[in-house]
Amino acid sequence: MVPLTAITTAPLDTEALVCALDTTGIGAVTTFIGLVRDHNLGRRVLHLEYEAYEALAVKGLDRIVSESLEQWPAVRVAIHHRIGRMEIGEASVAIAAASPHRADAFAASRYAIERIKQIVPIWKHEYFEGGDVWIEGATADPDNTEARSQALKIACA
Amino acid sequence: MRVTVRLFARLRDIAGAGELQREAPGGATVGAVWAGLVAEYPELSPYEKSISCAVNADYSRFTAAVADGDEVAFLPPVSGG
Repeated sequence: MVPLTAITTAPLDTEALVCALDTTGIGAVTTFIGLVRDHNLGRRVLHLEYEAYEALAVKGLDRIVSESLEQWPAVRVAIHHRIGRMEIGEASVAIAAASPHRADAFAASRYAIERIKQIVPIWKHEYFEGGDVWIEGATADPDNTEARSQALKIACA
Repeated sequence: MRVTVRLFARLRDIAGAGELQREAPGGATVGAVWAGLVAEYPELSPYEKSISCAVNADYSRFTAAVADGDEVAFLPPVSGG
């Protein structure tokens, strides 16, 4: 059985992720796939290596699933994040959101990716032409209600 | 008492290890464990204001007390997705 949330070194399987969701009463499923991009901040990216604090990262994904449920009670969300080395064009994160109607599925999907970037302990090590750098985004604080509201605002824009 | 310190990403690079065993006095806080690390690896010091911490794989605060055998993790700003 495919778990709703996972941190994995294996290539992501979006179809399996969708199958993990109970589609009883569902009228729409959105999938979001984040890919390794060939450029970042003017640098030519060669590949990425993702690292996670796995035990806490899975809890972070679970938390995002429950936050989504609080916000959109009829929506079901599944999230898998890959770690390890990934080449350009490979999928690093996959999100599936199922809902009776499309609007909430799109919103929950967007909310999930915004929250991943805020609270899940995963890091990108970028190898670019001429060097390498750890990418540092947000200071993770799940109790920061302002960040959570910001994610919700973006999701519902 | 003894705690296991976990470091990730750039913090791990600075310390040269992702997992360290460190002694801490009874009643020490997460902040005290961090201060000990900064004394050992001064390059960690700029991260003081931007890191998060976790105890036994749950987010915590620098004011929280640690217990013998705890796993204390320090997390630089995250960049998943």
